[in-house]
Amino acid sequence: MKGKGMATDLLASGQPASGGSRPSAPRSFLDVRDLRIHFNTDDGVVKAVDGLSFQLDRGKTLGIVGESGSGKSVTSLGILGLHRHSKARVSGEVWLDGEDLIAASDERVRALRGQRIAMIFQDPLTAMHPYFTVGAQIIEAYRVHNNVSKKVARQRAIDMLGRVGIPQPARRVDDYPHQFSGGMRQRAMIAMALVNNPELLIADEPTTALDVTVQAQILDLIRDLQEEFHSAVIMITHDLGVVAELADDILVMYGGKAVEYGTAETIFRRPEHPYAWGLLGSMPRVDRDVRDRLIPVKGTPPSLINLPSGCAFHPRCPYVGYNGIPCRTEIPTLAEGSDHGVACHIPPAERQRIFSEDIAPAL
Amino acid sequence: MINYILRRVVTSVVLMIIISVVTFGVFFMVPKLAGTNPAELYVGKSATPADVAATARKLGLDQPVYVQYGRFVKGIVAGRDFNSGPSKTHCPAPCFGYSFRNDRPVFPLLLDRLPVTISLAIGASIIWLIGGVLAGVISALRRGSILDRSMMILALAGVSLPIYFTGLLAQLIFVHNLHWLPGGEYVNFRDNPIGWASKLLLGWITLALLYAATYARLTRATMLETVSEDYIRTARAKGLRERVVIGKHAMRSVLTPIVTIFGLDIGQLLGGAILTESVFGLPGIGRLSIDAVNTKDLPVVLGVTLFGALFIVVANFVVDLLYAVIDPRVRLA
Ligand SMILES: Nc1ncnc2c1ncn2[C@@H]1O[C@H](COP(=O)(O)OP(=O)(O)OP(=O)(O)O)[C@@H](O)[C@H]1O
Ligand SMILES: [Mg+2]
Repeated sequence: MKGKGMATDLLASGQPASGGSRPSAPRSFLDVRDLRIHFNTDDGVVKAVDGLSFQLDRGKTLGIVGESGSGKSVTSLGILGLHRHSKARVSGEVWLDGEDLIAASDERVRALRGQRIAMIFQDPLTAMHPYFTVGAQIIEAYRVHNNVSKKVARQRAIDMLGRVGIPQPARRVDDYPHQFSGGMRQRAMIAMALVNNPELLIADEPTTALDVTVQAQILDLIRDLQEEFHSAVIMITHDLGVVAELADDILVMYGGKAVEYGTAETIFRRPEHPYAWGLLGSMPRVDRDVRDRLIPVKGTPPSLINLPSGCAFHPRCPYVGYNGIPCRTEIPTLAEGSDHGVACHIPPAERQRIFSEDIAPAL
Repeated sequence: MINYILRRVVTSVVLMIIISVVTFGVFFMVPKLAGTNPAELYVGKSATPADVAATARKLGLDQPVYVQYGRFVKGIVAGRDFNSGPSKTHCPAPCFGYSFRNDRPVFPLLLDRLPVTISLAIGASIIWLIGGVLAGVISALRRGSILDRSMMILALAGVSLPIYFTGLLAQLIFVHNLHWLPGGEYVNFRDNPIGWASKLLLGWITLALLYAATYARLTRATMLETVSEDYIRTARAKGLRERVVIGKHAMRSVLTPIVTIFGLDIGQLLGGAILTESVFGLPGIGRLSIDAVNTKDLPVVLGVTLFGALFIVVANFVVDLLYAVIDPRVRLA
């Protein structure tokens, strides 16, 4: 029921860039192919995103999950074209409704930014300008892309604030961000992002800075607005719980690459990558004490300058070298299985067996 | 907001009172510590001890310090009479003392010199504000480029070279060697605007160079910090043009520290002006104070000091108000 067309998309996009078998015409509303974002730093090249591919249709939600430093934010800023040419090398393709944003001119991408693609950032306190009123910032976002009077834009801003559930929007429109509570501020951020009815909304950890009850409200709000506008949503998080109810598809990132990609149902019911098992195991649950997390992901995230050889996850993987698989020498690819991509050397049948016999009972 | 302003006004007034008490106390104590009778400064060298004592009595210098301070304050409010010599000398309100050397009350003496100092300060501050901030913004946006590096070296030179060096050098080159600018006396703006400007020009530039350097470095640092703020990323994510992102969103934040040091600098400019005025022969407050120190004209020195303090306190008050205008978090706190 979910992730329509995943099988063929995966087969196509899972190929390495040199494979040459990529279809030229994108079929999904958003089609990211072999996206690479590398930064030149004094210490070396940071491969923050290295060959990422995924698809997303209108009205659908893709959850991108991964630890801190796995390249989630760099990916989203890359889609928005917000990396500076002087610092970042961006390659690959980002097709939005048939237009490749990587090949497009800066001015073209700027015109799309905030208009067809919008973003909600993690920390609403620092993401809004402290010296301008909330209203002024929303009005500005609306007027860059719409040739309307200040008065019309102001009415639009008030409507949007009301829409995202801010009480007395006509009064609050003239308040400054610091006069809003955390949750209200994130609502205002959402109002600002949605003011132009964007077709693609990227929410980069939209609830991490908020407390739990507010988190749920904000996620509900995003879902309601998505249904209303039928927009595509990328929900970025390091917490699987956030995307559990929201996402149609889930992409698990590790060290700048996708390690597992499938429908949400697949990722939650029968995940096959040991890293995904770790993430599931460390998911907070009501019926489990935080201390007896089953498989905490031990160790620290890898350095993106010197990725471990072979599978980047191998230093932390409990199954490294399992039955003589070449974890340390060969990089596993994603294209395996029918509706489900897993970048792991363990044979699919073995992975499924390990999950159902050893992992699932303990989850 | 009203509350905020009232609080600032009260603070400023209290501060001014404290400063005047301390300053007055110092000027009362210094001659004592130096072992001289302040009255000696008012009479000729050949005066007899009896003359000195008589002068001290007439000027009230034999009174305890609080009485003298009381009379001083009363003079500011209501004017004051000095029974100096055979005749009575009237010093109308606001009386900040009477200069027997110049045979004039201190206040009009200051007022006379004020336009020169203000001309110097305003001209220089316009140049350094525009020049310094512009250089800082360009440097930040072109970080690491040759332009950035040369500007920052120039800025370093600007803060490290003393005014009497750059000032005298500039004077030597542009006035004496190239004859591009006139030497001679200061003229009033109203009498001869061009002469006024060309006489002040080198002073403006020299003084501006000193301050522009600080502003360029501050602007560059703040700008670099600001462009990596989340809200700048948000501004870009909205699809704003880079011009607006930098010119509106980033500049708005850069402005705050600039306003702060601008207020402090304007207040302290008197110090810079003293040197500049004497290097370029401008008859402003700075020169007045140097002359007064040289001639031991205590009332004028006291007046200049208090006036300088007033300048600083008022500048700080204005900065506080500007803060509230700039930063809603201050205004609405
Ligand atoms: N401009 C840059 N220059 C150099 N390295 C960068 C730059 N931006 C990001 N990185 C690096 O890229 C890696 C991925 O960063 P990213 O912000 O995408 O992580 P993330 O998955 O969003 O993590 P988090 O959950 O903490 O937000 C990090 O190691 C980061 O240090
Ligand atoms: Mg991030």
